[in-house]
Amino acid sequence: MQRKQRLSRNTAYFVPYTLWILLFVIAPVLLLIYQSFFNIDGQFTLGNYQTYFSSSTYLMMTVNSVWYAFLITLATLLISYPTAYLLNETKHPQLWLLLIIMPTWINLLLKAYAFIGIFSQAGIANQFLSFMGIGPKQLLFTKFSFIFVAAYIQIPFMVLPIYNSISELKPSYINASRDLGATNWQTFSRVIFPLTLPGVKAGIQAVFIPSLSLFMLTRLIGGNKVITLGTAIEEHFLTTMNWGMGSTIGVVLIVAMVIIMWLTGGSGKRHTRKGLTK
Amino acid sequence: MKKLFGVIVGLLVVCGLLAFGAHRLQSSTGSTGAKVLNLYTWGDYIDPSLLTKFQKETGYHVNVETFDSNEAMFTKIKQGGTSYDLTVPSDYMIEKMKAAKLLLPLDKSKLTGMQNYDPRFLNLAFDHNNRYSVPYFWGTLGIIYNDKFVKPGSIQHWQDLWEKKYKNKIMLIDSARDVMGFSLASMGKSMNTTDPATLLAAEHKLNRLAPNVKAVVADEIKMYMIQNEAAVAVDWSGEASEMLDSNSHLHYVVPSEGSNLWFDNLVIPKTAKHFKAIYAFLNFMSEPKNAAQNAEYIGYATPNKKAKALLPKAIRNDRQFYPDNRTIEHLQIYKNLSPEKVGLYNDRYLEFKMHH
Repeated sequence: MQRKQRLSRNTAYFVPYTLWILLFVIAPVLLLIYQSFFNIDGQFTLGNYQTYFSSSTYLMMTVNSVWYAFLITLATLLISYPTAYLLNETKHPQLWLLLIIMPTWINLLLKAYAFIGIFSQAGIANQFLSFMGIGPKQLLFTKFSFIFVAAYIQIPFMVLPIYNSISELKPSYINASRDLGATNWQTFSRVIFPLTLPGVKAGIQAVFIPSLSLFMLTRLIGGNKVITLGTAIEEHFLTTMNWGMGSTIGVVLIVAMVIIMWLTGGSGKRHTRKGLTK
Repeated sequence: MKKLFGVIVGLLVVCGLLAFGAHRLQSSTGSTGAKVLNLYTWGDYIDPSLLTKFQKETGYHVNVETFDSNEAMFTKIKQGGTSYDLTVPSDYMIEKMKAAKLLLPLDKSKLTGMQNYDPRFLNLAFDHNNRYSVPYFWGTLGIIYNDKFVKPGSIQHWQDLWEKKYKNKIMLIDSARDVMGFSLASMGKSMNTTDPATLLAAEHKLNRLAPNVKAVVADEIKMYMIQNEAAVAVDWSGEASEMLDSNSHLHYVVPSEGSNLWFDNLVIPKTAKHFKAIYAFLNFMSEPKNAAQNAEYIGYATPNKKAKALLPKAIRNDRQFYPDNRTIEHLQIYKNLSPEKVGLYNDRYLEFKMHH
């Protein structure tokens, strides 16, 4: 009896969050899917999906979105992994971690505007380039600056999970590997990296998925030189008012995200299992 | 049973909170006291000192809420739950709101200032006989250039933008209708065309402009032009006037072969409640002195003939913002297109953006 009571009390704790999820996560997604089956005149149709998959514009945009999300993730990973590794070696990792997380306290738009100031013709970056004798370059509205700023924004989300998995790594493994005569590279590629892979995967998920639909940055920093699906969604909801088509693109993005989750989540398990049976 | 009870109580609490929230929101926008006017307008689109003056003269307090696009305003009024008394849509949106039965006709017997307006700006296609709307401001789409980088006078026509020397120097406003529109105007076509072949040709022409296009941006264009970031931009006259105020190197040109002429007019949405205040405000804003003060503050062109006469000579005779009659004759007002046609414009425009 007592146990049962406790059980029902425990379920009561879930009520607020369950309601939240139902109202603000499940219901909107269902509405989005529902809306994607209606054309501009409000008739039920599969036409939106047909348009999407037969239009080279949308397919190109999808490829673009995935490609840029990949580049952003790669750039972030290349910076974050060594950072997380070094962080673990420092004396006060918590302090450094705080400094890395600090930029996330600042609003995304403010950061974007700050970069406009830095990259503009008269900005600090160009002043430095002129000082070095290279002369002012066009930095804003380039694909480089877009990836740079996006990576800057995403880095904390990549560093955190990687740092967590590195700090959990027992130093005795590394010592053992060195004792057994492995070179530094072998230690890294055979011991450290595989053991911190879950952190890397979590980081990739945390960065790749939001990067798929970054759209304020494509305009503010990329000057619309980079067009992703986010741009098309904004246009369909705000200008053409073709909510059906906008929802369809939204659904495609959700499906793409699920696939990424499944790829990064699933393969990890298989990998460890294979490792065990070996 | 208990669990079910808990869930029901939880749901009721959430519903109660939502209802309370909705009530609070509503009362904050439309305080129900009689002496108010709820104005729904573009950001920074009225001189605040005029609102104080209006309250002093008539006793009505004006609550201002702002929107940043015609479409956002349309959606909010259509959804209901608001209590706006006046709003300021652009020409094509007035047509659209009329069609959606979102507007209330004006009671002409209560309007005292209509004779102050320039007849050229009354009785236009989007609202015959001004049954629903009172002119507020008008303006154009044009080219802004910086004389540090461009020889003054060398840009006069849309076609000049395609010249090779402007490689990577031009900024465009991120608006399908306007970008497609100037491409159409440069080919001598109507900016309201719905012919797919013509629109495709306009897109192809824009694709040839792509090497010159530095960026397609929105409101930030103002900041960039003021900071000398780009040599040339395509934007609206109102934005241009703000830029010119902050950077004396900038100039604004309305191509004489044709461009967009736009109007923002005051209308009464069907959500209106405070009719006495509405007519007091419309008459107040029609008074030449007030309209002139507003025009000087905002920097857009006033359709109020008597108000224009009160403006300083330098503003009144500025060809950039009050173009000559010959140019005005070639300007075109956007028509409200059906959703399919708007989609057509946007698809072509999206392709151009992909290309660039």
